[in-house]
Amino acid sequence: MRLDGKGLIDRSTPVAFTFDGESYQGFAGDTVASALLANGVKLMGRSFKYHRPRGVMTAGSEEPNALVTVGVGAQSEPNTRATCQEIYPGLVVRSQNAWPSLQNDFMAVNDLISPFLGAGFYYKTFMWPKSFWERIYEPIIRRAAGLGALPGESNPDPYEKAFAFCDVLIIGGGPAGLMAALTAAEAGADVILADENPRLGGRLLSENEQIDGQSCADWAGDTVARLSAMPNVRIMPRTTVTGAYDQGTYGALERVSHHRPQTEQAPRECFWRIVAKHAVLCAGAIERPIAFPNNDRPGIMMASAVRTYLNQYGVAPGRAVAVFGNNDDAHRTAHDLANAGVNVVAVIDSRSGVTFSGAARCYAEGRIIATKGRRALESITIDHVDGTRMLQVDCLAVSGGWNPSVHLTCHMNVRPEWSDNIASFVPAAGSVPGLETAGACNGAFDTAACLREGATTVATMLGCDLPSLPSADETPYVISPFWVVEGAGRKWLDFQNDVHVKDIRLAAQENFRSVEHMKRYTTQGMATDQGKVSNVAALAVLADATGRGIPETGTTTFRPPYVPVAIAAMGAGSQGSGFAPQRLTTSHGATMARNAPMIEAGLWYRPSFFPTLGETTWQQTCNREVRMVRSSVGICDVTTLGKIDVQGPDAAAFLDFVYANTMSTLKVGKIRYGLMLREDGHVMDDGTAARFGDKHYVITTTTAAAGAVMQHLDFVRQGLRPDLDVQIASVTEQWAQFAVAGPRSRALLNSLLDQPIDDAAFPFMQCGAVTLGGVDARLFRISFSGEHAYEIAVPSRYGASLFRWLLAQAESMGGGAYGMEALNVLRIEKGFVTHAEIHGRVTAFDIGMDRMISRKKDCIGQAAANRPGLQGERRQQLVGLASVMPTDPLTGGAHLFKANDTPVRTNDQGYVTSVGWSPTCEGYIGLGFLQNGRARHGEVIQMVDHLRGITTACRVCDPVFVDPDGGRLRG
Amino acid sequence: MGYSGFKVIKEGLFGQRGWKPVWRDPDPKPEYDVIIIGGGGHGLSTAFYLAKEHGITNVAVLEKGYLGGGNVGRNTTIVRANYMLPGNSEFYSHSLKLWEGMEQELNYNTMMSQRGVIMLCHSDGQRDLFARRGNAMINQGDDAELLDPAGVRRELPYLDFDNIRFPIYGGLLHRRGGTARHDAVAWGYARGADQRGVDLIQNCEVTGIDIKGGVVTGVQTTRGAIRANKVGIVVAGRSGQVAAMAGLRLPIESHVLQAFVSEGLKPCINHVVSFGMGHFYISQSDKGGLVFGGDLDFYASYAARGNLPMKEHVMEAAMTLMPMIGKARVLRSWGGIMDMTPDGSPIIDKTPTEGLFIDCGWCYGGFKAVPGSGYSFAHLMATGNLHEPAARYRLDRFRTGAGLMDEEGTGSQHNLH
Amino acid sequence: MRITCPHCGERDGREFTYRGHALALRRPAPDAGEAAWDDYLHNRENPAGDTSDLWYHGPCGAWIKVDRNTLTHTVSGSTLAAKVAR
Repeated sequence: MRLDGKGLIDRSTPVAFTFDGESYQGFAGDTVASALLANGVKLMGRSFKYHRPRGVMTAGSEEPNALVTVGVGAQSEPNTRATCQEIYPGLVVRSQNAWPSLQNDFMAVNDLISPFLGAGFYYKTFMWPKSFWERIYEPIIRRAAGLGALPGESNPDPYEKAFAFCDVLIIGGGPAGLMAALTAAEAGADVILADENPRLGGRLLSENEQIDGQSCADWAGDTVARLSAMPNVRIMPRTTVTGAYDQGTYGALERVSHHRPQTEQAPRECFWRIVAKHAVLCAGAIERPIAFPNNDRPGIMMASAVRTYLNQYGVAPGRAVAVFGNNDDAHRTAHDLANAGVNVVAVIDSRSGVTFSGAARCYAEGRIIATKGRRALESITIDHVDGTRMLQVDCLAVSGGWNPSVHLTCHMNVRPEWSDNIASFVPAAGSVPGLETAGACNGAFDTAACLREGATTVATMLGCDLPSLPSADETPYVISPFWVVEGAGRKWLDFQNDVHVKDIRLAAQENFRSVEHMKRYTTQGMATDQGKVSNVAALAVLADATGRGIPETGTTTFRPPYVPVAIAAMGAGSQGSGFAPQRLTTSHGATMARNAPMIEAGLWYRPSFFPTLGETTWQQTCNREVRMVRSSVGICDVTTLGKIDVQGPDAAAFLDFVYANTMSTLKVGKIRYGLMLREDGHVMDDGTAARFGDKHYVITTTTAAAGAVMQHLDFVRQGLRPDLDVQIASVTEQWAQFAVAGPRSRALLNSLLDQPIDDAAFPFMQCGAVTLGGVDARLFRISFSGEHAYEIAVPSRYGASLFRWLLAQAESMGGGAYGMEALNVLRIEKGFVTHAEIHGRVTAFDIGMDRMISRKKDCIGQAAANRPGLQGERRQQLVGLASVMPTDPLTGGAHLFKANDTPVRTNDQGYVTSVGWSPTCEGYIGLGFLQNGRARHGEVIQMVDHLRGITTACRVCDPVFVDPDGGRLRG
Repeated sequence: MGYSGFKVIKEGLFGQRGWKPVWRDPDPKPEYDVIIIGGGGHGLSTAFYLAKEHGITNVAVLEKGYLGGGNVGRNTTIVRANYMLPGNSEFYSHSLKLWEGMEQELNYNTMMSQRGVIMLCHSDGQRDLFARRGNAMINQGDDAELLDPAGVRRELPYLDFDNIRFPIYGGLLHRRGGTARHDAVAWGYARGADQRGVDLIQNCEVTGIDIKGGVVTGVQTTRGAIRANKVGIVVAGRSGQVAAMAGLRLPIESHVLQAFVSEGLKPCINHVVSFGMGHFYISQSDKGGLVFGGDLDFYASYAARGNLPMKEHVMEAAMTLMPMIGKARVLRSWGGIMDMTPDGSPIIDKTPTEGLFIDCGWCYGGFKAVPGSGYSFAHLMATGNLHEPAARYRLDRFRTGAGLMDEEGTGSQHNLH
Repeated sequence: MRITCPHCGERDGREFTYRGHALALRRPAPDAGEAAWDDYLHNRENPAGDTSDLWYHGPCGAWIKVDRNTLTHTVSGSTLAAKVAR
């Protein structure tokens, strides 16, 4: 029911929205919860386990009951707190976890059989017969899982992430936070003031107090206006700081556009990484309920929430309201209600000897022992010094005291400390480096203290002047701990997960006495509010049941995030192609223009094959490309291979140390294959080293390992050999490089080079500077195909035109471009390894290169490679494999067995790493690793691929299938 | 006390008053036949199998905090036997078989749910590597199926097949893999061990290991000295510190691994799915929360909490792979301390001190190993012989280089996994 | 996490790659023997508390020895690996 003349909502702007298809009207400034309450809607949700009808309980993000689904279609968002969702025109809100309707929920049958569904019952049953768990029990349990439903479609909305930096981050814009921000800002600090709510002020928006002679809400408004005008202050409303991380880094979630109709431009949410030199936590406190029989009926809510709905939203949550508490805040609620003209039926106070200064009757030593009303509260029964009495009420405001929001102070493993003064936990000092606490989250509950702590905390922190403090309410907080009213009926603690007092006691009875055991056994505190409302009361019940005090019982662990954060927000930017950078070569455009399918290679895109007219399968194209390279000339972009420039007087010594083989003996103008080991003695990578001068080498790495090798070389240079005078730089992206391979490769190059080359000037493994069209280039006579071949490198800006030029020339000579499929077949035919073979678990011995490890010098990996387990005939060694029947396929990932062995683990002798149809050999060939394989050339073994249902007899052979004596390379 | 549906109904009718403590709280005796240091999943299952398989019941499990308070209560609950290399293959195969009979063996519903594990691959090379793995699984007698892209689409229609940064080339499906209720596993083994006479002693921290002449004689604890001729160290996350009490230096570095759970949602993910290009894996609990995780934070840490970069990386992987979960909200994130060995595989072995045994180095794969690890460790401690499925988990494999089990191929060297 | 690069100043942890304990800088001689190499490559003190480890600052290519605490994640100092006395 809306009250005239009260609240901070904009009554000139009515807003229509729907809830479960019904149209409702609220005002700008309303939340879904306040607008529904104003319309007399009490039932807003169903609980998780028993599907109990529930109404709104709080007015903040800690709300456990009023969870709704907002929006339609792919944009709908489940589990949205009705207490936080602002209404806007056209907003669609639906209830959740109820079928067929919120009013009549079939699953409420669980409530009827709840005596059998006590804490942890599922651990004790559903075990017989064995097969029934998967087939019957679990499917039934799973069907009941969850609260709201995801839309089932890909997220269509934009989300963002951002960084921010400041001197002082103020977390929370209540009285303490506003005063802290003002103090820091006036001292000239760069301030970020983040508050969860759309309007800053915290409890000042909900209370009827005066600050410096004006209403506390007005004071908050004026202070915010003052801060907004200061250039060194950034105010972030609708922004919840979710976690405290190392070195002053904080995560924060800004709800950018949940409060208005979606537009394409605005992100829904922005996840902030805020780096702050100092931070002040002014997060306030959360009121806690009292556990009494059937304390969960719609209409029973927190006393502070009643004041919020009344004072901030101008809504009376009931027509006849009772108040129940163990502290003076209950009285404050009764006064506010009475002042607003709401009928206050009773003030029930658990303390003895208390009186109420207003008109309503006060029941000292009062307890509520029963309530009635299934979908809305109808009556309560109280027990007090003069007996029991039933009262007709439709709203009950409950206050069991306040729990400081200590969460962020516990994110770095420090536990909060118990304070008898407020009967709750307060932050331990110094719990998060750089973070101070002020106000209610620190246990200071009166407004004057909050204002004072906000100011003094910052003044001490920054060593700045203390501003003049406004005068404010100083009524001390007086509480007498009171947790549970005994009596018939369930006394709910964790409302969403349906955990009640008896569940906690059962846990204790079964010796789940550790607070962590109790939590995990009962699910107490594991709901969407993570126990914000209920945990302290549950601890008190556990402490009582186990005969310990609350401090000894301790808390469970507070973990981030403080409020749940959408995966789309923290993962912003990655949906679709944004997950990793896309690296494109200079030939990318021309390659795409030829309809070559692209594949991934170490973030790069490379062409798989270049289909031509009439080719219908990749195999057809691949075969043609292989034959083309073997008979004519092929062009392939090899830019993606890592290129590292190594220069300095000690360049040669450095390379001798990082390569297994020797590079210092390489003559200028020559190239050598290089094998790099990891320090653990296994192969890290391979490539080539080309010596361009006494003090200058250019080395290559594989595409996949380029980054890791560069980092490794930097480590060796700085960490292990700072004595060497050598510099290294990655130049992978500075040079576009193309392979020109095949018997006609030299003819092709000579048609482009300014000065032609011949075999004498440019024999196999020669490198040198050349020019083409006046452009300086580097030419390497190396081959990954086994053919007479070159690689030519030009500065990247010439890459695209050189590729087009090379291609045009090649095609005019009967050649053309080739892709990764053909490249792979060509290298398998020649027995060259890639990371399919040097996959991290193989040694130089395994691939037959152990003799390359120079014994004349120390090098990375040499000592470890000498370990006995890394050599010998028990090792699986690189072999070639050829199908006995050439058309019988070999498959990658198949395992190798002796010809007549059963294909089981104990007979396993190796596996296949690379395969292909060889147009040159006219049969399937492959590379693989076979136990003691080098000694078994000629043996026929069986390849078994269980997964693909293939068994092939194959002959073990030397890995080099084509041109074993290298005549083609040198031709 | 036996658990059954009948008992649940009976207790429901009589106000749950008849349920007895699930385990006793004994004071430590001065001497035991065997002391297990560490009351986590592996320690509890070791105690259970010592009692059940070897009749050794004069056993104390010493736990410095509460039972199951370490990684067994802080993981992503995945159970699978999809390893590639000899050593791991037979061990996890044995462990999975124990999982499959666990509920009956323990008379405790650990909610083992064999919903299938799908590992997605994103290149031809990765598919062949998965084929090698899948064939190894079948060689071992376990199940594996290679899915082509259409097969993946059938099982996981909600993935982003069209826009994803790393296209989906297929997947390896392991139908017997799945999830279990993690706490229940610890509690089930604890209850089973307790019922067989094992003393489970909580809040009892070991402060020293007594050794005389190279032979273990007992331990010092915060609750006094306790004698035993056999002591097993099963303290993932603190292995280095406890081993140091016996003068042992381990090939272990401790790292933090984070995990996440979302708010409860109606069922939408019916498998365990892992993304081959981004260290992301996910399943949905029977309660409705999406449970997911990623890679290590990659720095040595005992803080059991992580930082934002890896959290964001995990969410980014989720958003590229399955943007339909974008609106799900992360409710809680946590971190566990991982015993990282150089090759990423564990250690179950004797130590140079006679009578002192160690079970450690589970990296981020310890949960699914809980039954197998306890079974094999109990076998080793009871008989003095290595249990065949765990026979390769030797401490000296790093020194000799023989029998390394580097599943990821990143190197038998620290910080590469 | 934020780490100070001696070249670039305090930077976000995202810019760094971790390598492990700083003992990696004290590489044994090639003939130091199996035990020394086993200790270098594999065995670790693995302290729960103060430690020194190595980080690579990708943007500038510097290897840095960082003094850190593994329980609290506090960072107390950083030195270029090339300048660490051996």
